[in-house]
Amino acid sequence: MRDLEIKGMVSAHAIIASSIFIATVMPLFFVEKFSVYGTHMVWLYSVSGSVAVVNITIFWLLGISPPTKKHTLGYKVSRLLRSCLYFILSCLLFHAVVVLYGAPLLESALETFSLAVLLSSLTTVRCLCVLGPNVPAWIRVLSRDGAMSVWDTSLQITTACSVIGAWLGAFPIPLDWDRPWQVWPISCSLGATFGYLTGLVIAPTWIHWHRKQLTYKSK
Amino acid sequence: MRFTFATAGTSKDEEVPRIRSAPDFCQAEPRFRRAVVLIIDALKIDFARFNAQNVAPRPFENKLPVLEEVMSSQPTHSRLFAFRADPPTTTMQRIKGFTTGSLPTFIDVGNNFASSAILEDNLVHQLGQVGKRVVFMGDDTWESLFPKKFHRSLPFPSFNVKDLHTVDNGILQHLYPTMEGSDWDVLIAHFLGVDHCGHRFGPDHPAMADKLTQMDAVIRSVIGRLENDTLLVVMGDHGMTDTGDHGGESLKETDAALFLYSPAPIFPIPGTQTEPEVVPQTDLVPTLALLLGIPIPYSSIGQVLLTLFPRDKGSSGAPAHLSQAEALWINAKQVNRFLETYSQMAKDIPPESLSLLRADFSRLSSQYLSSAQRGHPPSPAVAAALQGYLTAVRDTCRASWARFHPLKMVAGIAILAAACMLCLAVSELPAVAGEGRALRAPLVTGVGLAGGVAVVQLVTGGRGQGRGPLGALPTLFSVPLLVLVLRCASLLSDSYVVAEGRVATFLLCSLGVYVPLRLNWDGLLLPVSPDPLRPPGAHPSPTLSPSAVRRESLTLLACLGVLVGSLYLSLSFHACREEQGACSPSAFLAPLSRVQDSGLRNLHYVLSVASLTAWTFALRRWLRHYGNLNCSGPAVFAARWLLPAASVCLALHWAVNSTPEESFRNLSELMGLALVALPRAAFSSWGWGRPSYRASTGISPQAELHHLIPQLYQRMRQSLEDGEPVGAGDGGGGPAVEAYGLGTVYSAPLVVLCGLLGLGLLMLHPEGMALSFLLLLLEAAALLRLHSSSTALALLQGAHTGGFSVPWTPVLLWALAATQFFHATGHLPTFPSIQWGAAFVGFPKGHAGTLLPATLVTLNTFSAHILFAVGCPLLLFWPLVCEVRGGRRGRGVVAGDGEEGEDAVMEMRLREQPERFSSALLQLGARYLFIHGAQVLASVCAAAILRRHLMVWKVFAPKLMFEASGFLVTSASVLLGLALVMRVDVAVGRWFKKLLPEESR
Ligand SMILES: [Zn+2]
Ligand SMILES: [Zn+2]
Repeated sequence: MRDLEIKGMVSAHAIIASSIFIATVMPLFFVEKFSVYGTHMVWLYSVSGSVAVVNITIFWLLGISPPTKKHTLGYKVSRLLRSCLYFILSCLLFHAVVVLYGAPLLESALETFSLAVLLSSLTTVRCLCVLGPNVPAWIRVLSRDGAMSVWDTSLQITTACSVIGAWLGAFPIPLDWDRPWQVWPISCSLGATFGYLTGLVIAPTWIHWHRKQLTYKSK
Repeated sequence: MRFTFATAGTSKDEEVPRIRSAPDFCQAEPRFRRAVVLIIDALKIDFARFNAQNVAPRPFENKLPVLEEVMSSQPTHSRLFAFRADPPTTTMQRIKGFTTGSLPTFIDVGNNFASSAILEDNLVHQLGQVGKRVVFMGDDTWESLFPKKFHRSLPFPSFNVKDLHTVDNGILQHLYPTMEGSDWDVLIAHFLGVDHCGHRFGPDHPAMADKLTQMDAVIRSVIGRLENDTLLVVMGDHGMTDTGDHGGESLKETDAALFLYSPAPIFPIPGTQTEPEVVPQTDLVPTLALLLGIPIPYSSIGQVLLTLFPRDKGSSGAPAHLSQAEALWINAKQVNRFLETYSQMAKDIPPESLSLLRADFSRLSSQYLSSAQRGHPPSPAVAAALQGYLTAVRDTCRASWARFHPLKMVAGIAILAAACMLCLAVSELPAVAGEGRALRAPLVTGVGLAGGVAVVQLVTGGRGQGRGPLGALPTLFSVPLLVLVLRCASLLSDSYVVAEGRVATFLLCSLGVYVPLRLNWDGLLLPVSPDPLRPPGAHPSPTLSPSAVRRESLTLLACLGVLVGSLYLSLSFHACREEQGACSPSAFLAPLSRVQDSGLRNLHYVLSVASLTAWTFALRRWLRHYGNLNCSGPAVFAARWLLPAASVCLALHWAVNSTPEESFRNLSELMGLALVALPRAAFSSWGWGRPSYRASTGISPQAELHHLIPQLYQRMRQSLEDGEPVGAGDGGGGPAVEAYGLGTVYSAPLVVLCGLLGLGLLMLHPEGMALSFLLLLLEAAALLRLHSSSTALALLQGAHTGGFSVPWTPVLLWALAATQFFHATGHLPTFPSIQWGAAFVGFPKGHAGTLLPATLVTLNTFSAHILFAVGCPLLLFWPLVCEVRGGRRGRGVVAGDGEEGEDAVMEMRLREQPERFSSALLQLGARYLFIHGAQVLASVCAAAILRRHLMVWKVFAPKLMFEASGFLVTSASVLLGLALVMRVDVAVGRWFKKLLPEESR
């Protein structure tokens, strides 16, 4: 059972990772003079879009989403709407946090917001897919004993890795190297993406490593 | 490192009389009337040498063929020497070196840090004295070193190392027109392109070839424009390493090129005289001075370059010029005079070598003078002996002056590291036995750390304290220490030091966010769900109540919000370093009197007064809330009104100070009086108010304790006696403890002290900083509440270990906040940014001594360090102060009557376990000092490792000095805070003794 789940997770993560790769390569054919640094916003939205879409598709196909009590259309629509609202709220929250961390307030507000969108699609979308629009559950997942399935654990790991990646991405900004990737918010969004990719690798590995110790209580 | 600098520094801080003319200069006909000095920054000797056999020259080789061409075609007109600089080989130090002729000292950086102008006698000054018109163009460092000394000056910005051409092109635009004109006697042009090219690309790069070729063309056209009475000097100020950097003492860095050319023959035919291979940089000063006919600068210890002087008079057909022996004699007299004066003021030259030099000089002078009287030219032996004397003086000075001492640096670092480890060990020891000793130990540690050496003795003495930090190892890998490591690592990079204010804010923010995340990770942030499958070991606690937990969590998150918000707002109070290009300093930094727009000025004033009021109100509110003002004695009366009185004084002072004088011309006398009186009144009310306390006009918090506390106890006891028959059980201890300030017996004096200190320190700042100080108060309160909430959450959920020890996270937050507010009050770790205006607050006419203004400026600079260090023990008290609320609310829900008595004890809990209290206090102090000590250690390491970094004199050395002095101030303030707490402890203990027999009756 556990092994099957891990295998599923490995393939899902491989698909997500390759989607990030494709999202980096594909615009080369559609956008003129596309480069990660030069047309950073295009890259950023392409990656966050693909990550969001692939995540939603995979988790929908795998049927990981929490069981819904009602199956009425109205309930599903309200759930969808609430998910969208939460996504937007999380974008705003990330934006606020990033600004409070010292990002410029007015100039390059678009860049800051784009970073917030990227962070949201790397973390919040997955939360929405795995846990549904249920904030207490999100908070619960972020505690030591909060994971209730393998997917919760992987959610913990990827979320933490993306946020830490973005945090680490802020480090090179003050350095006087004059590299193109030191421009706000390139290093942070790259850091978040690399962190996410690392999380995708670490999560199945770690779970595999600790599969004996991992005990999940039933919901 | 600190010791090294100290030894290097003592050489000159005893101000040798600076600019002084040489009365005995003999007015011979100068050899040259004019001179052109082309300084090509970082022109290494390798760049200037030409090797015809080299068929495949590297980019920096054989690019200056003009030198070789001139030397082979006109051997008696020109010479090329290696020009050896004294470390540190940085441009500014070198410019000082080859204009003053003295050796560099570390204290140069700090000696005249108000302005960077050279105060010592120098070539430029002497040229100006005799009326030579000095025209300067190029590196703008000169402009700051010699302000208003030039006849004409065309400085170009030198800061941007990536810019290879601005300075050079600027010079080239003006150089030739100036030379062709007649409005100059000495022309100095300082090219920066080669140096910047080295820093940017390294010497082995095509750009270097281009740059050197350009310089070749420059030298060519300058030579073509020279007239017969003009000397050309082409020189580098230092060399560069293979990576293009400089600053250190390797030969690659010290050996620059010196090329001398005169349109008229001046040198002997090569091979007829022994000529030096290497010319020390100091030797240029006397040589140029004598060639141009000006006195040798007073503190020069250089030796004339003899090849430029005729061997004896008459032989070279120019009888009026100085001969070699005469030049040497003038030189020796000047050096001897300097040596005499200097050795009287500073004792760092060994007396035996000094007496040897003295004897040497008197023997030589009698020999020289006797031969001069007889009309003979002095014998070559005398000239050689004079040369020997000059060399000996220089070597003696060099031996006792500037040098990097790697061994001493390592030793200094080791001592500091040992002191830090000791602090860590003390802080991690579970319990230090013995109440009295334990309380004394922070004193020992603090003083020891400050002294450094004392600690080493402690360690070698093996008092059992230095048991090693092995027990601390597990905690080393926690997040707070990771943040500390990041903070220390950030001191090793110049970019991060430049952006230090933001770095500290960023780390503080991160660590603040970490607190709730960590609590949530441990499952402590939210109340446990109804069916808790808690891990074994965590037994459900009876104090647990969901609403209390939820309330505490909300408080915690709100505090985090306040913390992050005030952090963000405080970013707008930063000043700007010159290294930060696009940055405008905070508008609040300008004193109100400089604000032109009156509407804006009024707005600023209102804002400042509003925040001042808020500061006072918040503190008074807090004191009242915890019942510290519930008394009518004179002491409490004073405590109640002191804060408002001080702030009213301060507000009036601002008003008077910022009013434009024109509008109140008739009131100017009154204003003058007020300018003096108001700040002094405020000073005396907080600082030196202890004597006046007797007259009950002012009060010092320490004196307050003696009277305040017993009175409170008296009142409390009365109320207990009165209340006992009436209120049964429930209305007993708890409320009374709170009502009469017993619960905050330790923290209230600290808060009062910090509040008053804050007001006093605020007075030393520009008015606008009141907002920043308000933020400081907010942030400190938020930090304290954050800490107490997280402790309470842990306690409520039964996961607390007990004891009073303060974990690393809040201590680190506290220490980072000190650094952050250093920046947020408009300070920077650079000398030009020191707010000198602070010295004149209350003393607009200036001071007689230096101690008082120095103290005021220190207080101004390190006010954040002082406030946070004094308030440090609050971290220990705050969870206890706040616990009563949680307990009370818990009581309503849980209705556990048993705890209520215990909960309401607040700080009296500390009295119950004096050993734990004192060891926790010691631990807190040690941890706080450790964090600051680690930062000092990091900046010391940075300065030691990066001593040849481009930015060492601009960034790292000042940072080190600020960090070290900040640490000293912090240690002293921590001791002050601890002393206050101990004082209260003693007072409370005495009162208990007095009370107990009465109760047992
Ligand atoms: Zn230089
Ligand atoms: Zn340089």
